[in-house]
Amino acid sequence: MLGVINRTKAWFAGRCGQPVLQAYYDLSKLLRKGAVYSRTTTWVFRAGPIVGLAAVLEATALVPLGGEPAPLAFTGDLILLAYVLGLMRFFTVAAALDTGSSFEGMGASREVTFSALAEPALLLGLAAVARLTGSLSLSGMYAAMSLETWRQAGPVLALVTAALMVVLLAENARLPVDDPNTHLELTMIHEVMVLDHSGPDLAFILYGAALKLWVLAALLVGLLLPVRTGNAWLDVGAALGGMFAVAVAVGVVESSMARLRLLRVPQLLVGAGALVALALILTLR
Amino acid sequence: MTVLLVAVAVLVCSGLAALLASGSPRAATALGAGGAVVACVIGLIAAVPFLFGTPAESLRLAWNVPYGTFFVEVDALSAFFLLPIFGLSALAAVYGTEYLQAWRGRKSPGATWFFYNFLVASMVLVVLARNGVLFLVAWETMALTSYFLVTLDHEQDSVREAGWTYLVASHLGTAFLLAMFVLLGRSSGSLDFDRYSSANASALFLLALVGFGTKAGFMPLHVWLPEAHPAAPSHVSALMSGVMIKMGIYGLLRTLTFLGPPPAWWGWVLIGVGLTSGVLGVLFALAQHDLKRLLAYHSVENIGIIALGLGVGLVGVSNGSPVLAVLGFGGGLLHVLNHALFKGLLFLGAGSVLHGAGTREIDHLGGLAKRMPWTAATFLVGAVAISGLPPLNGFVSEFLIYLGAFNGVTQRAGVAVPLLAAIAGLALIGGLAAACFTKAFGVVFLGEPRSEHAARAHEAGAAMRWPMALLAVGCALIGFCAPFVVRSLASVLPLVSGLAPETVGEKLADAVAPLRFVIAGSVAFLVLVAGLAWARRRLLRGRTMAETVTWDCGYAQPSARMQYTASSFAQPLTTLFAPLLRTRCKLTAPEGYFPRAASLSTETPDAARVALYEPAFSGVGWVLARMRWLQQGRIQLYVLYIALTLLVLLVWKLG
Repeated sequence: MLGVINRTKAWFAGRCGQPVLQAYYDLSKLLRKGAVYSRTTTWVFRAGPIVGLAAVLEATALVPLGGEPAPLAFTGDLILLAYVLGLMRFFTVAAALDTGSSFEGMGASREVTFSALAEPALLLGLAAVARLTGSLSLSGMYAAMSLETWRQAGPVLALVTAALMVVLLAENARLPVDDPNTHLELTMIHEVMVLDHSGPDLAFILYGAALKLWVLAALLVGLLLPVRTGNAWLDVGAALGGMFAVAVAVGVVESSMARLRLLRVPQLLVGAGALVALALILTLR
Repeated sequence: MTVLLVAVAVLVCSGLAALLASGSPRAATALGAGGAVVACVIGLIAAVPFLFGTPAESLRLAWNVPYGTFFVEVDALSAFFLLPIFGLSALAAVYGTEYLQAWRGRKSPGATWFFYNFLVASMVLVVLARNGVLFLVAWETMALTSYFLVTLDHEQDSVREAGWTYLVASHLGTAFLLAMFVLLGRSSGSLDFDRYSSANASALFLLALVGFGTKAGFMPLHVWLPEAHPAAPSHVSALMSGVMIKMGIYGLLRTLTFLGPPPAWWGWVLIGVGLTSGVLGVLFALAQHDLKRLLAYHSVENIGIIALGLGVGLVGVSNGSPVLAVLGFGGGLLHVLNHALFKGLLFLGAGSVLHGAGTREIDHLGGLAKRMPWTAATFLVGAVAISGLPPLNGFVSEFLIYLGAFNGVTQRAGVAVPLLAAIAGLALIGGLAAACFTKAFGVVFLGEPRSEHAARAHEAGAAMRWPMALLAVGCALIGFCAPFVVRSLASVLPLVSGLAPETVGEKLADAVAPLRFVIAGSVAFLVLVAGLAWARRRLLRGRTMAETVTWDCGYAQPSARMQYTASSFAQPLTTLFAPLLRTRCKLTAPEGYFPRAASLSTETPDAARVALYEPAFSGVGWVLARMRWLQQGRIQLYVLYIALTLLVLLVWKLG
């Protein structure tokens, strides 16, 4: 997905852009390198990338795609999803503070602020979908979604989708919340937290970030394109097409907007929360 | 039953013996701490069977006090609260033997151990008592002994003031409890718990909420918590925060058992109280830079989460939904146990930091993980647990409350609004708690030391490390053995929610099923962690692994003071919530082209204290100052006042 996003941005900028599989080339390059550790750091720094990747792998196992149930599906798995992403965030932030550098500290501080505001929006959005579909498991919720649900509760789903898009942009360090390309002070949130990692650690972190993008996009696609033809291959294929569309959409958003002032980002996140609250009020009727 | 009373007797006797042996510190410590540990072990072994099906046992003896009988009983609810009391008291006693060494020569440990053992004994009696007078006597003993423990360092003004605040708050709460018991006794004619009827239920509920809420620490009755907990020695803070404030929750639950079917608004009120305590508690915690004050505000937050769980349960009971009731009460009760474990662990860790580095000020610490590895590791376990992250125990209790709330939102009509508020509140609390604990753990233990004391810190000794390690293991165990622990609630929940045991068992089994998946996920997570660690080691085997300084963007002389501090870490959040926090900021800005010195200090006084209590008490003080003419300073006049009052009372009662 990262490749598609970058290619879309490049197309907007009139360039040719990186190969679509560039992320995998980067991963294989990093996995072949040695590592440099800072003398200030302790075992927490070395554990951070590993715990983060393991947590997001567990999260990926929780998310259904194309109406098929996820490998790990049970009542209340949406709660586990939100908190497992929280576990990944906790250890990334701890590893960032371990370096004793003001850059990482700044990124960590902003990261915890924004995610504290984004998490209620995510959980409430999932609660709205749960209320509409009557199921408490992500797989159940997304299997029960169909175009019929859109016809019955269109406004609710539209609001939830908009809020989830904002959460996706915020959690994955995309414009307008953070610029994944630069490491300047103005855009230091996610990129700067991983400044001191190198080699395999950085590979784990990059892959973990890509997986997190996949997880949140899958949640979004399940709502936007609930194609249920009954044929598993067609549904999954449609879902993959949806992921591609979401990646293009993210690329378009990134190319057309500048980054928001940092003081405005909490307002954006609270706005997403307000949209979800409105959606919930609509479901209460 | 008799074994539990034997445990209480051992506590009392060893406390007295420690007081009598004050001359020799070693003997006093051995008697006091040893007696506490022995009694707690006996008590734990005696209490556990009551959770797993042994029927309740009681003992009723006559007592010469009017309306009082020595009526004690152990049922599942009491046994559940006895677990954290005995467990944490024993571990804190072991910790205290080494921690109190710092006062060697200045204070005799005999008095401290006397008060400690009496505190534990009074807490056990509170939980066992089934008569109003006995309950209040035990409650008052608990308050007084903890007051004396808090003011161990009474030479310092701040400690004396903290003790005074604590004493006043505690007695104001007890006044409400007195009113509540009087009201209960009036309709039934006796103060024994088994004879209460449920007349005036709403008034009683409100009185209990305020009276027990003062002890528990609901907002805005919590103002004593952030004063008393930092002032007390750390093992006492751990006991107070982990167990004593739960006595308030126990009292509230016990009152609910004799108030009959609850109307819906009780659940709403509890959810509201839980939300305010939780969110405001964690916001104030974010603004603190004293480690123990931060932990005290987190206790307020976790009591808020417990209240949320109890509120969800009450909404379930009043709405006739067994699932909601079981999950809400189950989550709240389990959080009582979990909080005792991880808050005890965190306070013991804070004590270890204070002992090793000599300061509680977060912004003067740093890099302690290298000098105090055990403390750092156990504090990390506590921090992950209190943030409610899987795979540890905090997640299990929050999961149950969430599951109950989600169930109510999707299946039931009419209860969606408070439950959605509960979900939003819990999510916000979880995110802010993670922010606060990354700050606390990161700034204290990671990075470079920010001052001399931090650079020279030393690790705690064995007696301080083992209790912390055991508590950390307990957190992990409850996380991984969640179904077993949740099943132990099966005997407590029928008492609290009024449902039949079969219904409770059935709904608990429904709740346990997702927990098995959660544990499967956690085990898979651990396997993944191990696998990735092995993969990284394989990958790095033949390659260069260099060590260098942190990337510093080419600064010539980076210093430890350039790191992010706790205040700067929390600054985006504290600025966002500034109207609620009202932080006072004192700034001398850098001036000129070559600034010499600049300083910034922030202080966040407790908003409830400043806005509510100080004006109220000033008003009361003003009124009472008007009556100062009564105090002439002559003994004869005071004796005259006593005689006059006696005369008036006699005329009133006999006339």
